[in-house]
Amino acid sequence: MSDATAPDLSRRSGQNTREFAYRAVFFVCALLSILTTLAIVLTLLGDALTFFAEVSPIAFLTGTTWSPANDPVSFGVLPLITGTLVITFGAAAIALPVGLLTAIYLAEYASDRVRSVLKPAIEVLAGVPTVVYGYFALVYVTPALSVVFPTISTFNALSASIIVGIMIIPMVSSISEDAMSSVPDSLREASYGLGATRFTVSTSVVVPASISGIASSYILALSRAIGETMAVTIAAGNTPRLVDLTDPAGVFLNSIQTMTAAMVQLGASDVTGQSLAYRSLFAVGLTLFVITFLMNLISEWVASRYREEYR
Amino acid sequence: MTQDMTTSDPDESDGTTASTSPDPGGFSEARTQTTQEGTSTAPTVVESRDLAVYYGDEQALQPTTMEIPEKQVTAIIGPSGCGKSTFLRSINRMNDLIDVARVEGELRFRGKNVYDEDVDPVALRRRIGMVFQKPNPFPKSIRENVAYGLNVQGKEVTDEAVETALRRAALWEEVEGKLDSSGLDLSGGQQQRLCIARAIAPDPEVILMDEPASALDPVATSQIEDLIEELARDYTVVIVTHNMQQAARISDKTAVFLTGGELVEFGETNRIFENPEHQRVEDYITGKFG
Amino acid sequence: MAAETRTDETDFGEVSRLKDRVFESVTLAAALFGIVTLAVLLVYVTVDAVGWLDWQFLTSPPHPLAEEAGIFPALVGSIVLMVLIALVTFPLGVGAAIYLEEYASDGRLTRFIQLNIANLAGVPSVVYGLLGLGLFVQLLSFGYGTLLVAAFTVSLLILPIVIIAAQEAIRSVPDSLRQASYGMGATKRQTIRNVVLPRSLPGIMTGTILALGRAIGETAPLIMIGVPTTVFGVPNGLFAKFSAMPMQIYTWSSYPDTAFQYGVVSAGVVTLLVVLLSINSIAILIRNKYQTERS
Repeated sequence: MSDATAPDLSRRSGQNTREFAYRAVFFVCALLSILTTLAIVLTLLGDALTFFAEVSPIAFLTGTTWSPANDPVSFGVLPLITGTLVITFGAAAIALPVGLLTAIYLAEYASDRVRSVLKPAIEVLAGVPTVVYGYFALVYVTPALSVVFPTISTFNALSASIIVGIMIIPMVSSISEDAMSSVPDSLREASYGLGATRFTVSTSVVVPASISGIASSYILALSRAIGETMAVTIAAGNTPRLVDLTDPAGVFLNSIQTMTAAMVQLGASDVTGQSLAYRSLFAVGLTLFVITFLMNLISEWVASRYREEYR
Repeated sequence: MTQDMTTSDPDESDGTTASTSPDPGGFSEARTQTTQEGTSTAPTVVESRDLAVYYGDEQALQPTTMEIPEKQVTAIIGPSGCGKSTFLRSINRMNDLIDVARVEGELRFRGKNVYDEDVDPVALRRRIGMVFQKPNPFPKSIRENVAYGLNVQGKEVTDEAVETALRRAALWEEVEGKLDSSGLDLSGGQQQRLCIARAIAPDPEVILMDEPASALDPVATSQIEDLIEELARDYTVVIVTHNMQQAARISDKTAVFLTGGELVEFGETNRIFENPEHQRVEDYITGKFG
Repeated sequence: MAAETRTDETDFGEVSRLKDRVFESVTLAAALFGIVTLAVLLVYVTVDAVGWLDWQFLTSPPHPLAEEAGIFPALVGSIVLMVLIALVTFPLGVGAAIYLEEYASDGRLTRFIQLNIANLAGVPSVVYGLLGLGLFVQLLSFGYGTLLVAAFTVSLLILPIVIIAAQEAIRSVPDSLRQASYGMGATKRQTIRNVVLPRSLPGIMTGTILALGRAIGETAPLIMIGVPTTVFGVPNGLFAKFSAMPMQIYTWSSYPDTAFQYGVVSAGVVTLLVVLLSINSIAILIRNKYQTERS
C-alpha cells in the first residue's frame, strides 16, 4: 500500500466514550451541590406550605406568641426572631470590633513569626464544636457573670452572646485580614513616605481601602451568629418571649429562645410527622434559611467588589 | 567575568568612587562641595558616607560615599538590581519597613546622620518627600489625596494649599472643578502628577523619585520631566531612572551604579555622559553593558 | 522658599507615637482576647475532668449514676459515623473539584455552581438537619436516627468544605506538569489520574480530614434527624440507632446534678476535644510531610 508509512492519527476506538464518561461522572458530582440546594428548598417549602395553608403567613410573621406544642397553640415567630436578634446583636458587639482589631494587628503590626503562630491559634476558635461552647457558657461563663450580675438566670442571653461572639471572631478577622493584605504595599509606602505613623497608615489607608472586605466579613459573621444553634440552645434556654427594648438588662440577663433553639426543641420532642407543630419546624427553618442565604449572597457580592478594586 | 575585571581595577574605582574628599567633623550647613570638577557651589543637603545596605545576608549596596547638592536634580542611573533604588530608599529610611534590611555607615541630611539613635524616621520622612515608580494615588478624591500629607503632618488643610500643590505639579488646569472625583479616575500620567502634588503639598526639602516615569507613555513622561526641572527651583530632587536619556536631559549631577550595588562614578551630568572616567561606565552608557 | 525658613535644620524632632503605641496594644489585646478566653475555659474543663475521665468512663455505657456513667457507645458511634462520612464525601468532593478545576469552562453554569457551593457552606447546620429529616427520614424512609441517615446528612453538610479544599489543592498543581503530560500524548483522564491527583492528594487529604473534624462536633443535625439521646450499645448496622459524643454531651449538660454538670460532661468534652485534636494533628502531619517533600 502506498500510504503504509503514513502515521495513524485516528482516535482509538472507545477512547472518546471513556473520556466522555469520566467527564459526565465528575459533572454529576459537581451538580450534586445544586441538587442539595434544590433539595433544601423543596424540603423546607413542602412542609412549610402545608403549614401556611393552616396558619396564615401574616399571623406567623406578626404573631407575638410562640407556643407550638402546648394548648392553646400559637405560631407567632416574632419572639423567636427577636431572640435571635438579641444574640446576634450581643455577639456582634464583641466579634465585630475584636475581629477588626485582630485583623489590623495581624496585617499591620505582627511580625511574620508572631503572625504564623497567632493566625492558626485564632482559627482554633472556629474549630471547637459549638456544643462544647454551649456547655462552657452554661457552666463557666454564667457563674462568672453572676458575680457582676447577681440577678442573672441560669439560662441567659448574655453568656450565649459572649460565647457566640468569641466563636465568630475568626470569621471576621480572617476575611478582613485577607482584604487588608490585598491592599497594595504601594499605598502603604505612599503614606509612610509622607511621614505617617503605623497608626495613621492603618486607619487612614488600609482600613478604608479594605472596607468592602471588612463589610463582607461582618455580614458573614452575623449570618453565622443567626444560624448558630447548639451554644444558644444550651446557654440561652428555651423561653420564647418578645424582648422589651426599654429594659436591656432584662433582655440579656434572662432566658430567651432563638429560631434555631426552637427548632432543636421541636426536633428533640416527639412531634409526629403529620402534626402542625412538626410543620411549623419547617416554616421556622425556611425563615432562617432565607435570612442566612440572603446575607451570604450579599456578603459574596460585597466581597467581589474589593476583589475588583485591586485587580 | 575575568575579562571584565580589567575595567574595574580596584585602585581606580576606589580613588574616584566618591566625589568627596573625606573631611571628618566639618559639616556646616552651607558647606560647599570640593569635587574634582570644582564647578558646583550649591550646598550639600544629603550626603552618604560609606553607606552600605544588606537584605539579610545579601549586600544590596556597597559602601557608598556621595554628596547631593541643594536645589539641583541628581540622577541615579544603572541597570536593574544595581542598588540604585536601595540607595534612594535609605535616604528617607523607607528601608526600615523591610524587616531584614540592615544599614551600615552614615547618611547625613543637613549634616545630621539620619541613622543616629535619636532620629525619628517618621519625622525625617516629613522633610523628605517621595514619589514612587508606579503611580499610587489613594482610592480617595483628588482633594483628599493632596491634603493627605498635610493631614498626616498636622498641617492646616486649605483650598489654597491644595491648589498651590496642584499648580506646582502642573495638574491644576486639568483637575480644576473635579477635585472631588476619585484620584483613580485620572490617566496614568495625571495620577503620577497627583502623587507629586501629594508629595510637595507639605513642602518637604528633598523629593525622592523612584523611576517616576517608567510606567508612563512618552507624552506623560515628557510632562513629568518638564515638571522635575521646574521643581528643582524650589526643591532638591533625587531621581532614580534606568532611562539614560532622561538622566542626561533633566539632571545636573549623575551617579552611575553598576551591578553589585557599587557606585562607580558620580559627577556633573555633562561630564559623565561626554567623558566618563571609567570604561565600565562608558560601556554602560553606550549600551555595551547592562 | 522651602529650606530657608526652617529653624530646626538638624533637629528633626520627634513625632508622637502615643496613639501608635496605644493602638498597637489595643489590637494585640484584641488578637489575644479570644485565644486567652478559650485557653482559660479549656483549663477549667480539664481540671474538672480530672478524676472523671478514666478507663471506666471510656469503656462504659451511659448510666443514671454519675460514677458509673461512660461514653463508650457514643465514642464508637462518632468514629463509625466519621468513617462513613469520609467514604461518602471523599469521592464526591474530589469528583466535583476535578470537574470544576479540570473540565469546566469559565461559563455561567460554572460560576453558578461555584457561588452555590460557597453559599451551601454558609447554610446553618440545623437546616441540614431539616433536610435530612424531610428527605432521608420522611421521603426515603431510612428510619429515625439511624447511622445511614446521619452519615448522609452530615456528609451533605461538609461536602462544600471538602470541595473547596480539594479545589485549592488541585489548583496548586503547576500547569507545567499538565502540559508535560499532554505533551507526551496523554488524554485528560490519564493526566488527571497520573499527574494531577497524585500531586494534589496530600492537600485533598488534609482538607478532607479537617472537614471531618468539623463533622464530628456537629450536634444540631443529629438532633433534627432523631438520633436518640441515650444509647447503651454500639451500632451493629447501617440502619441501627446509634449515639455520638456531641449528642451525649448535649444530653448530659441538661442534667441538673452537679456531678454530671462539672464531672461527667467535662470528661465527655475533654474526650471529644482529644479526638478532634488527634484528627487535626493527622491533617497537619500530612501537610507538613507534603511540604517538606516538595521543597
